Amino acid sequence: MLNDSLKQLSRRLADKQVSSVELTTEYLERIQRLNPEYNAFITVDADKSLQQAHAADQKIASGDAGPLTGIPVAQKDIFCTRGWLTTCGSRMLSNFVSPYDAGVIERFNAAGAVNIGKTNMDEFAMGSSNENSYYGPVRNPWDIGAVPGGSSGGSACAVAARMAPAATGTDTGGSIRQPAAFCGISGIKPTYGTVSRYGMIAFASSLDQGGPMARSAEDLALMLNVMSGFDARDSTSLQRDAEDYTRDLENPLSGLRIGLPKEYFAEGMHGDVSRAIESAIDEYRRLGAETLEVSLPNSPLSIPVYYVLAPAEASSNLSRFDGVRYGYRAESYQDLADMYRKTRAEGFGAEVKRRILIGTYVLSHGYYDAYYIQAQKVRRLIAQDFEHAFAQCDVIMGPTAPSVAFDIGEKSSDPVQMYLSDIYTSAASLAGLPGMSIPVGFGEKNRPIGLHIIGNYFTESRMLNVAHQYQRATDWHLKMPDL
Amino acid sequence: MQWEIVIGLEIHAQLSTQSKIFSGASTAYGAMPNTQASIVDLAMPGVLPVLNRGAVERAVKFGLAIGATINSPSIFARKNYFYPDLPKGYQISQYELPIVEGGNIRIQTEEAEKTIRLTRAHLEEDAGKSLHEDFHGMSGIDLNRAGTPLLEIVSEPDMRSSAEAVAYAKSLHSLVRWIGICDGNMQEGSFRCDANVSVRPRGSATYGTRCEIKNLNSFRFLEKAIEFEAERQIDILEDGGSVRQETRLYDANKGETRTMRSKEDANDYRYFPDPDLLPVEISPDWVDQLRETLPELPQARRERYVTEFGLSAYDASVLTGSRELSDYFEATIQRLPAQAKLCANWIMGEISARLNKADMDVASCPVAPETLAALLSRIEDGTVSGKAAKTVFDSLWQGEMDRQVDVIIEAKGLKQISDDSAIEQQVDDVLAANAHLVADFRSGKEKAFNALVGQVMKATRGKANPAQVNTILRKKLSGQ
Repeated sequence: MLNDSLKQLSRRLADKQVSSVELTTEYLERIQRLNPEYNAFITVDADKSLQQAHAADQKIASGDAGPLTGIPVAQKDIFCTRGWLTTCGSRMLSNFVSPYDAGVIERFNAAGAVNIGKTNMDEFAMGSSNENSYYGPVRNPWDIGAVPGGSSGGSACAVAARMAPAATGTDTGGSIRQPAAFCGISGIKPTYGTVSRYGMIAFASSLDQGGPMARSAEDLALMLNVMSGFDARDSTSLQRDAEDYTRDLENPLSGLRIGLPKEYFAEGMHGDVSRAIESAIDEYRRLGAETLEVSLPNSPLSIPVYYVLAPAEASSNLSRFDGVRYGYRAESYQDLADMYRKTRAEGFGAEVKRRILIGTYVLSHGYYDAYYIQAQKVRRLIAQDFEHAFAQCDVIMGPTAPSVAFDIGEKSSDPVQMYLSDIYTSAASLAGLPGMSIPVGFGEKNRPIGLHIIGNYFTESRMLNVAHQYQRATDWHLKMPDL
Repeated sequence: MQWEIVIGLEIHAQLSTQSKIFSGASTAYGAMPNTQASIVDLAMPGVLPVLNRGAVERAVKFGLAIGATINSPSIFARKNYFYPDLPKGYQISQYELPIVEGGNIRIQTEEAEKTIRLTRAHLEEDAGKSLHEDFHGMSGIDLNRAGTPLLEIVSEPDMRSSAEAVAYAKSLHSLVRWIGICDGNMQEGSFRCDANVSVRPRGSATYGTRCEIKNLNSFRFLEKAIEFEAERQIDILEDGGSVRQETRLYDANKGETRTMRSKEDANDYRYFPDPDLLPVEISPDWVDQLRETLPELPQARRERYVTEFGLSAYDASVLTGSRELSDYFEATIQRLPAQAKLCANWIMGEISARLNKADMDVASCPVAPETLAALLSRIEDGTVSGKAAKTVFDSLWQGEMDRQVDVIIEAKGLKQISDDSAIEQQVDDVLAANAHLVADFRSGKEKAFNALVGQVMKATRGKANPAQVNTILRKKLSGQ
């Protein structure tokens, strides 16, 4: 059952081969066994999960079930969940029990899914290795010495280690796609505005976007059907008709035009990654696609632009964590300023502080024009590059990350090296475009490699179709670490 | 040296929406602390702002009323600073592209009429309130007010005296209430003024260093604070010193301003566009729709009162001091179109005096405009004298006899005697009884004439029409 697709699990539930309570129990037991070592979950609450499973079984019995009813889903600990500890991986929120549900959580609840636990993450989603969590690093199920990627590392690990059939993630510069690649699973960050940000604790508001992480494109489509949709409580949520992301899955790929950015295939990519990507693209050619070279000349600027804009927004978004109304407050302090200082010094980790400082700096009087305004201009140029590219091709492909998962501790003292692991993913985030990663093989030390697929705005159905057809022809997505 | 005072005002008008600018919580005043703070107002992790359409509409109406440009798009920006009553650690405001830009407003002081230019008006949210008493050395935070919609209205430094500043503030106060976007309640903080004050030698082309004075929650404080502050700056300059740019607080008890923070301590607010809110687009159609909802504006009415009714500019400006007063005048004059001056005098005199004395506003005046018009029409047709009308007005104010003007005149015997033969009879009697006065008059003592008029009035217990008495008495005395 651990390798069942969501569709298969749903059928088993409908056919009464298994109840949601039994399914949930099985996953809870697996979490109990594996989590102490892998640290994918911050909070597991068996009572709450089983309660939801009970309700789901009743829903199934009454013939009221949807595709995800009764299915356990792991929730990234960035989504506010009523009655659950919601920490965002930070000491600052280590005592925060949310009084309300995020829009995404409401949608899963309405669909009858079971919340199997809240997954570990880099603190406030800032990181590419999950080493920045107050709750300790998450381990990669393929190699316990490797990072799972970040910031949605707990979700990626949970899905790869079969501690959950599917999970939610959020992606600001690659936080769904890079851990999906490192853990050998599939993940999609939809077009900005597709998934409600209401109740999703903000890192960089103009970039943050929720999305699903699962074992296959088909599972992603089912998850995205639940997660996406207009939410009036998020002003950046797009008012579009609901769509069925499974609708194009079975379309053939003949005539598909794949753009290969020459900048992505230049230097920086490791040999093992390059070989796996080439052979995946060969597979696409066999499936009837044609490839052409495109250019994204400004994409090398995406990392510097990202590390101006994201910290700028973060420095302001994180100001609300001041110890006044909720969350962590320093134990002793002299006065108000001292309370702020100590609370934030003790409540935030090093990477969060680094980004608050960078962000505060770039927004400061005298620097704003040189950094923030300039970065916004380049951001538009990056988006224009994609516009030109998509005039020639349907999807853009390349590696999700320049290398396979690195070792725990390998880059944690070198922030710039760490930031470069998002070199291929941050451009799509800056442009607000949908991007996804699917597993296409293994590289060095038998660690997974992900193929990055970028689509034009609102072409998620087509992208999922492109990924699904590959997964029908190959079995990389079915590989499972031996745990 | 002759000094000139230069004043610009920043006024925060609380917009009269039912709910807050970015959340659905109520804006009602006076609730128990923190009972009107939603999770959005509390800045819980993950919450997002959603703009209140009603706040935008009110800002647009204001822009139209002052002939300003309505910017589309306008942009919300974050003003970042830490304070316990600012839950997000930033205030959502507008910075580079405010919703309203330019425009002007006419003011009237006792000396002159003047146009004050506005720089801009922008939408923003209010902060909460810190309570420093009653918490045993700690501070309490009330977030009921957090997120209340404000329109910050910024003037050019066009005012040259405290009187002009007060006239401007009053004019604006009247306007925002006139167009129904703010209740103007200054005690509850719905209309708050900050004044930027500087002084310069008369004739100088450059401005002096300014100080911003905060916390001016009445027109009187505004006046006193400006006067104190201008004096203070002049004293410094005359002693050879220089004014330091700073923010000062007005202390109403001591009647003085004192330093709150200097320019050096000023925050760097790190403004940047709020990524949680889209640029506000306002279509020309929407602007047109809102324009149609605007009532006739005070400026237009003032001009009409001068041209149509022949009132003085000063009277016209007093009568348009509030929409209620002006509407009262309109309702009265509608029934007495030829008697504008009479109506104006009564409303600015008797009615205003009574209302002031009773601390009432015109909307709750016990004498309705129709009733006042009925009374004034009895002056016009000679039924009662102006003096007797005041007695009638007393009864009307008290609510006697169902406020029936004619019933009161009749019952109190206030009807004026306008019958020539009746007055002639009285005049004859008085002339017969006061031969010495007649003799005095004939010997050239004009005073004696007034005494004779007085006697006739006395004999009729004040009811004789004085004009008729005059005419008849002169005729008789001249021997015709």
